[in-house]
Amino acid sequence: MSMWARMRYKAVKDLFLPFFVRYVQKGKKRSVKRPPSPPLRINKTLKALIASHYLLARYAEGAVPVAWVTSGAPVELLRAFGYYTLYPENHSALCAAQKMGGSLCSFAEEKGYSQDLCSYAKIDLGVHYSRKTPVGRLPKPDLLFASNNICQTVLYWYKVLSKAYSIPLILFDTPYNYQSLRPEDLSYMVSQIHEIIHQLERLTKKDFDPEIFSKTLEISKSTCETWKDILYCMQATPAPATIFDIFSHMLPVVSLRGLPVALRYYNLLLHELRERVEKKIAAVPNERIRLLWDNIAIWYKMRDLSNILMQHKANIVAATYTNAWAETIPYMDPHNPIESIAKAYSLVVLNNNLKHRLNLIYTLAKEFKVHGILMHSARSCKPYSVGQYDMARILSSQYNIPCLIIEADIADERYYSDEQNRTRLEAFLESLT
Amino acid sequence: MKKYFAGIDIGSLTTKVVLIDEKTELVSSCVVYTGYDGLSAAKEALEETLKKAAISRDQIQQAISTGYGRHLVTFANKAVTEITCHAHGALYFFPNARTVLDIGGQDSKAIGLDPVARRVINFRMNDKCAAGTGRFLEVMAQRLRIGMDRMVELALKAKKALEISSVCTVFAETEVVSMVAQNKPVEEILKGLHQAVVNRVYPMLRDVGIKEEFVMTGGVAKNRAILKALEEKVGIPPKVPPDPQITGALGAALLALENKES
Repeated sequence: MSMWARMRYKAVKDLFLPFFVRYVQKGKKRSVKRPPSPPLRINKTLKALIASHYLLARYAEGAVPVAWVTSGAPVELLRAFGYYTLYPENHSALCAAQKMGGSLCSFAEEKGYSQDLCSYAKIDLGVHYSRKTPVGRLPKPDLLFASNNICQTVLYWYKVLSKAYSIPLILFDTPYNYQSLRPEDLSYMVSQIHEIIHQLERLTKKDFDPEIFSKTLEISKSTCETWKDILYCMQATPAPATIFDIFSHMLPVVSLRGLPVALRYYNLLLHELRERVEKKIAAVPNERIRLLWDNIAIWYKMRDLSNILMQHKANIVAATYTNAWAETIPYMDPHNPIESIAKAYSLVVLNNNLKHRLNLIYTLAKEFKVHGILMHSARSCKPYSVGQYDMARILSSQYNIPCLIIEADIADERYYSDEQNRTRLEAFLESLT
Repeated sequence: MKKYFAGIDIGSLTTKVVLIDEKTELVSSCVVYTGYDGLSAAKEALEETLKKAAISRDQIQQAISTGYGRHLVTFANKAVTEITCHAHGALYFFPNARTVLDIGGQDSKAIGLDPVARRVINFRMNDKCAAGTGRFLEVMAQRLRIGMDRMVELALKAKKALEISSVCTVFAETEVVSMVAQNKPVEEILKGLHQAVVNRVYPMLRDVGIKEEFVMTGGVAKNRAILKALEEKVGIPPKVPPDPQITGALGAALLALENKES
């Protein structure tokens, strides 16, 4: 880490960013078409937050240690060592939202990666080969940190990155939860965490500070609890936001978890949503149909889907996806950090059995008073999509909740069939009215 | 002045228009090819329908569009999916219909109905594939240089069927070519082709549940060889409306009438 890089990083962070944030928040004056729903005031702050996160990342290279992390990895461990963290999954979603997914995937396919590979992985590898990204430039990582609590693909994807950048890869291996968390699984994970701490000490030449770690855990826990409060604002009828708003507000809880800025941001968002609930401001005017979403967002189709739903006075008010960051991280206990972090990260929805997911969907459906369920069968995400047809059958036959399965992909727009999905969705909405 | 209600169904191959009066009586209908301009086809079919019944344009009180081109019809009051429209069209002829199979030119759908509440309970559509649609049979008819009517006639004559892949139109075409090269009886090939379509839609039907009355709609329901193959597979003879091709447009017209009442 060079002195000059560190000074530049500090200058950008402390002197330039505050101006930059204000500039982005102010935004360009554009003649905007009447939006289908009143936009959230905080959207501008979100834009500034994302822009400054990726801007500062560029100056982090060489100044502070940089790590690329999977969405379900216990990042709090890295925070204790001062890593600047980036989330390739999040970055891929960002590329997809800009409709760059297909073209970036094709760069990876050109290099021989299978078309059937996860499009988050393909986009990330595509960015690596093409150097194209909507955020300008990504800093080179010093470390890769993955957990297989979300899928096995991340392990092989990160192995490729590890080879490409000649940097170490740390894996947190979380045994799948078939029935309940077994004591031997817990002790296996605890011993891994101790080992990871040793590795990080060696890599950063710093001693582990349990106090910073506990403090980070506390922030993470509060952030996720606030996130949960945000999600539960959607219980209100009419709901104050759409799920697409909530999807776009996921970045802080995924990528900035454990940092005070995420917590501060969510307190603002929570405040605005509560205000809307109080004033009965509806995200979808004359809301008639309430829906639940299962699986990752279709990042390149958010606006189109939102418009179709709006036309039918329908709103998606809950999602197992957004709920994933509210469900288990509250298990974290700053007084028992190591064991509680293992529990919080290994019991996430994708590492948990299908019976659990079925119960979760049923509970959310009741809590949020939904009329039907939309299941996105995502080509990319097998762990999330497996079992959906069975769950849909059980939910509709035993619990009398209608379900629709939409075949699509999370980030590669080439896999999306507009007309077929539109007809399916509209027919489903017609059957609910 | 008598009032009328129009249903406009722009499908991938043909565009259908149906007019009904306030007593839900079918007054007039017309089928034209969609071609490359769905809106023009819809206008043309509507004019033709009006002419046939000697009705003027301003006597139409409500119009509902459906089918793949439903969002093109600027003069319709509302667009409704073909699933809902076929369900209502089937219920018009068969008030106790509980399962509807619609095989159109571009896609096929199985629909589960609640005839009492007159609503769709569940449905399944085929995925991004020509197998199990009218298109499959058209491709094969073209390949064998045989008219559709003749194709049906010969298929009905066959004592047994040759097995043909039900999964992919392109591969099935190759299979047929090799069967022709082996000098297999054309009747058996044709019966096999009709069975292939039925095999493709059967799982969709099973998924929504096959219950009586079982109704088949859509242009392909005019094909007697398909009806026979369907009966052999399902075990229940499907009921077919008098003019199955216009069921979707009729459903749209009925919804237009309801729309006025609500």
